[in-house]
Amino acid sequence: MTYYLLSVHSVEGEARDPMTEEEMRQFMERVGVLEQEMKSAGAWVFGGALHDPDTATVARVSDNEVLTTDGPFAESKEHLGGFYIIEAEDLDAALAWASKTTAAVSKPIEVRPFRHVSEA
Amino acid sequence: MGDVAAARKLDEAEVGRIFREESGRSVAALIRVFGDIDVAEDAVQEAFAVALRKWPGEGLPPNPGGWITTTARNRAIDRLRRESRGRELLSEVAVLSPGNDDPGAPEKEGPVQDDRLRLIFTCCHPALSMEAQVALTLRLLGGLSTKEVARSFLVAEPTMAQRLARAKRKIKAARIPYRIPEQHELPERLRPVLAVVYLVYNAGLTSPAEPGLCPEAIRLARILATLMPEEPEVAGLLALLLLTESRRPSRTRPDGSLVLLGEQDRRRWDGALIKEGQAIVRRCLRRNQPGAYQIQAAINAVHADAATVEQTDWSQIVALYDQLLALAPTPVVALNRAIAIGEVRGASAALALVDELDLDNYHPFHATRADLLRRLGRNGEAAAAYERAAALAPTDAEQDFLKQGGRGSR
Repeated sequence: MTYYLLSVHSVEGEARDPMTEEEMRQFMERVGVLEQEMKSAGAWVFGGALHDPDTATVARVSDNEVLTTDGPFAESKEHLGGFYIIEAEDLDAALAWASKTTAAVSKPIEVRPFRHVSEA
Repeated sequence: MGDVAAARKLDEAEVGRIFREESGRSVAALIRVFGDIDVAEDAVQEAFAVALRKWPGEGLPPNPGGWITTTARNRAIDRLRRESRGRELLSEVAVLSPGNDDPGAPEKEGPVQDDRLRLIFTCCHPALSMEAQVALTLRLLGGLSTKEVARSFLVAEPTMAQRLARAKRKIKAARIPYRIPEQHELPERLRPVLAVVYLVYNAGLTSPAEPGLCPEAIRLARILATLMPEEPEVAGLLALLLLTESRRPSRTRPDGSLVLLGEQDRRRWDGALIKEGQAIVRRCLRRNQPGAYQIQAAINAVHADAATVEQTDWSQIVALYDQLLALAPTPVVALNRAIAIGEVRGASAALALVDELDLDNYHPFHATRADLLRRLGRNGEAAAAYERAAALAPTDAEQDFLKQGGRGSR
């Protein structure tokens, strides 16, 4: 088994028409069904949606001092909107979950394998 | 072949040829056993070195393929035992495949058991780029060296080595599976496999420096056809390649320039390849599950039937293109259909169809227009179209051909 990161990619300012209440309800329902399916299949490890990048803070070491700066690490139009960590037999199984996720959230999903501890 | 071959002296080139012939099967079997492409590849490479030392003096072993697999497997085990990570891998192998560790034994019954089929679906997994798919297939399944693969695609050897290493790293890290797709996945997964083989063939056809890629592609297509006898498009691809190959020697002049189908010396077409290709096409027709490769093969089979270009059954070809266009509605197919219609209903009907197509950057589009305009006596427009075609043509041979107005001798 391998752990995979399924990251949900959002593009700022794109398709950001506020959802109607009904659309939001349907969206939450689709995501809920998907997550329930991941859990009952034993694939679910962790996951969730993130607040917008302007809520981010970056901490970095500079001259032995930790500096914090307001805002995301990289100023870019594309950002991580949320992610799932799943456990799957192989890439085909992970891609099957990615297909379901992209269908549920209507955003592209990047699939990336975690290193095994022994590969570190 | 045993005794006769063993009595004969083998030289290095022959050992290399036999190795290339057999290595795909060995690499595939060892990947199954060790679950690791690099281990399998290195082991088969070591077995090759042993064969180069032994075979010329001792003669060919009775079952060269089995000898390679067994020798490579033993080398791999010896090597892994010396490394701590290797011992870990070996213990996993023992756990995962009890009693399944004798790749030297004859393969189990049935085509589905062949490891090469698993291997080609791994090499051509849709999570890999087309470039990586082609390189991996030629290297692992075709047994070409990295240097040979690099040369085939006009890439520097270190670049190709990097491309292969990256692809193998991704297979391992992302766990691209080593298995035959389920029946319901097959149409989706077979497409890149067939596309890779077709691309290898066309690379050989269009780059005169690498004619070896054509037989290589046919060898791969034959392997696929043996492994998947129930897949009509696999048979279709093999037939298409065989029929195209039958005309390859008459396709170019000694100076490398192209000869149009209608101007080729048909006595030079390879009758054995045509016979084999046409027999496959007939079986496809009886099965009646048409697909794009089968129809293209059928079109080529009709051409091969005509002793002279005048005897070509163009209405049959138009009917096949109608079918192909319905399945694969691309402008390139529409262009070829228009050419066939030109032979049945005349140049002006064809030109009307061609002028509707959006293919301005495709040189055969302009070459076709040029030919049709010339036949209609519109020589000024024809010259301009030839010029445009020549400017877009990818090879010198094609450029020269088009600059001379397609020789205008149809």
